[in-house]
Amino acid sequence: MGILEKRGGRLIVHLPRELDHHYTEEVRRRVDAALRTEAIWELEFDFSGTAFMDSAGIGLLLGRARMMRALEGRMFVSHMNEQIRRILALSGIEQHIRLEKEEYDEK
Amino acid sequence: MKNEMTLAFDSISENEAFARVAVAAFVTQLNPTLEEVADIRTAVSEAVTNAIIHGYPSEVHTIVVRARLQEDLVEIQVNDEGVGIPDVKRAMEPLYTTRPDLERSGLGFMFMEAFMDEIRVESAPGLGTTIHMKKRVGRGEQHQEGS
Repeated sequence: MGILEKRGGRLIVHLPRELDHHYTEEVRRRVDAALRTEAIWELEFDFSGTAFMDSAGIGLLLGRARMMRALEGRMFVSHMNEQIRRILALSGIEQHIRLEKEEYDEK
Repeated sequence: MKNEMTLAFDSISENEAFARVAVAAFVTQLNPTLEEVADIRTAVSEAVTNAIIHGYPSEVHTIVVRARLQEDLVEIQVNDEGVGIPDVKRAMEPLYTTRPDLERSGLGFMFMEAFMDEIRVESAPGLGTTIHMKKRVGRGEQHQEGS
């Protein structure tokens, strides 16, 4: 399961091993609860432990990006494997939302 | 080589991982590349998730996944006998979704099309939906012995 880590105003979401429709539901619930109750300016989705993502993960990212925009915060993704990079690229998600890239290109 | 399998399981979200892992394991007999296995896993995940969310929106019923291997061809069918799709063409448009409330991205069919060589959708309102997908695998350098 994903684990939330708070570092100052940044919430780091350590995503579960597989990010499909089933697993996104709990991540969504926990992240949204944290965004509602805590002061968070930066949201990071850390894919270090994630081997698989499908379009449900894209829905999760788009929805949270919308929330961070409303909060005037920033969102980024980090440590994706090759499969997840392909899904992100194919989804065109970067055209619709701003993904901070500082850790995007790091392996 | 020729080989076939059928899986039947309940339309609950826990089975999304089960279905894609089972099909991926079956397909490894054809010596696919890692990328081809990832493609098939994603396509199966999308089709099965659609059946769970859209095919059977309010009740749990059975989803049937069939896979057939012949030479270097993988054929996969994902079938539900649920509500069906009234307008298949529209459902396949990128970003179109009937469930924005669930944060569905509307990219499922696009991913199936991108990752498989061929996809055909057979659906009728009230009768259910069958997704037919085909992909040729194992033609890379890994393909030498066997079969």
